[in-house]
Amino acid sequence: MPDLGLNVIFKGRNFIRLLGGLGVALKISLIAVLISIPLGILLGAVMTWKNPITKAILRIYLEIIRIMPQMVLLFIVFFGTTRALGWNLSGEVSAVIVFTLWGTAEMSDLVRGALISIPRHQYESSEALGLSRSQTYLYIIIPQAVRRLIPLSINLITRMIKTTSLILMIGVVEVLKVAQQIIEANRMSSPNAAFGVYLAVFLMYFLACWPISLLARYLEKKWR
Amino acid sequence: MKKLTRLLALVLALALALCLTACGSAKKDSGVVYRTLDEIKKSGTINIGVFSDKNPFGYVDENGEYQGYDVYYAKRIGEDMGVKVNFVSTEAANRIEYLQTGKVDVILANFTVTAERAEEVDFCLPYMNVALGIVSPDSRIITSVDELTADDAVIVISGTTAETYFEANYPNIKLQKYDTYANAKNAMENGNGCCWANDNTEVIAFALQNPGYTVGIPSLGSQDTIAPAVSQGNTTLLDWINKEIEDLAVENFFHADYEATLVDTYGLDYEDSLVVEGGKVG
Repeated sequence: MPDLGLNVIFKGRNFIRLLGGLGVALKISLIAVLISIPLGILLGAVMTWKNPITKAILRIYLEIIRIMPQMVLLFIVFFGTTRALGWNLSGEVSAVIVFTLWGTAEMSDLVRGALISIPRHQYESSEALGLSRSQTYLYIIIPQAVRRLIPLSINLITRMIKTTSLILMIGVVEVLKVAQQIIEANRMSSPNAAFGVYLAVFLMYFLACWPISLLARYLEKKWR
Repeated sequence: MKKLTRLLALVLALALALCLTACGSAKKDSGVVYRTLDEIKKSGTINIGVFSDKNPFGYVDENGEYQGYDVYYAKRIGEDMGVKVNFVSTEAANRIEYLQTGKVDVILANFTVTAERAEEVDFCLPYMNVALGIVSPDSRIITSVDELTADDAVIVISGTTAETYFEANYPNIKLQKYDTYANAKNAMENGNGCCWANDNTEVIAFALQNPGYTVGIPSLGSQDTIAPAVSQGNTTLLDWINKEIEDLAVENFFHADYEATLVDTYGLDYEDSLVVEGGKVG
């Protein structure tokens, strides 16, 4: 069996450090998810309004966030705010801001899509049954929209978790950076450690994202 | 709808133009943000940007502690200034940005002095030499680039200075490019090339750890130095570090640093050629 550098993972506090790095990644992405889902739902509902001004503003916001690579957004928030405004944001705070902006934008578009996918006759039928506008949303539209949203938002959440691998560029030491540190610290003694360490990182991301997928599948079944 | 799209495009274009001019002007007049020596002392903590994955210059050991040649010196700066050191993990690509935004006070991340970089940051006195080197098997030791024939392939790692150096100065020499250190090492051990060109520190370390290989050319190409860098215009800190480097020569500090951190990797033979003491390049 070739040396895959698996021993390196358990040297000293390396494994704990990897877990700590995963913790940092999860903390940042989950805080961002918790803020951006309610905000995204709100904005998504606003996006379905006919008002041209709100429509234009939200459209610009969405397009800007969608077009910019996350790395650029991270640099703008982390370095750009210091240069232009003199704010000294920490790497973690900058990351949460960027991921929240991004998550909110994408979530709002998903919500908008789910809402307008509900056929017109659903609104009309509920009106015919004498339901008020808020009752229509509460009992007819939102339950259907939420069900359509689940697979899409799970996709977004796992993407947010995985994209935290970029925040090492603004000095946040997360799981991927710890992995690189371990690989490089043992570069001479076990040059193949990269395989073992990245395998461990893969498993960690998998174990972090898989339960979320399971939850989604469960919810989809339950709410069918 | 068409009207809306047109309006949108206009707003976007305006926003972009505004942003561009704003960024352009901000760079000019607000300039670089930094903390002076007194401000650092008053805060009680100095932020030093180091590599966290460049063994043996700046890396994190298995206990999560920063170690290495750069880190050893960084700790001494903290000690002599009487402040705590906060290590910031930097990448090769963002070192200058960190200084320009004052997110770190000093960069001690194996930062090679170049003319382009000196326009954006202020370099202090150097504390190490760096050049290219070539390692070859004992069966045929290459001691000069002229010995290479048309059949010889030189192993290089893509994106390193060795690659650029050979492409610029010896376009006729065949290069065998590998993406990672591990692949280049395997190629060398399999005899895929006649020799391996890399930073001299790298080839020295390789020869030392792999019997049967010798560094025939320990120093090739331009002689560069590695120095601490501070934000442009931060003269109080620059002067303090320069004086510190000069003062430390009395106790041969960087030799001690070498012996504490680099000797395992490079051996004692190269101590004097790699270390710069008191900022004076020998």
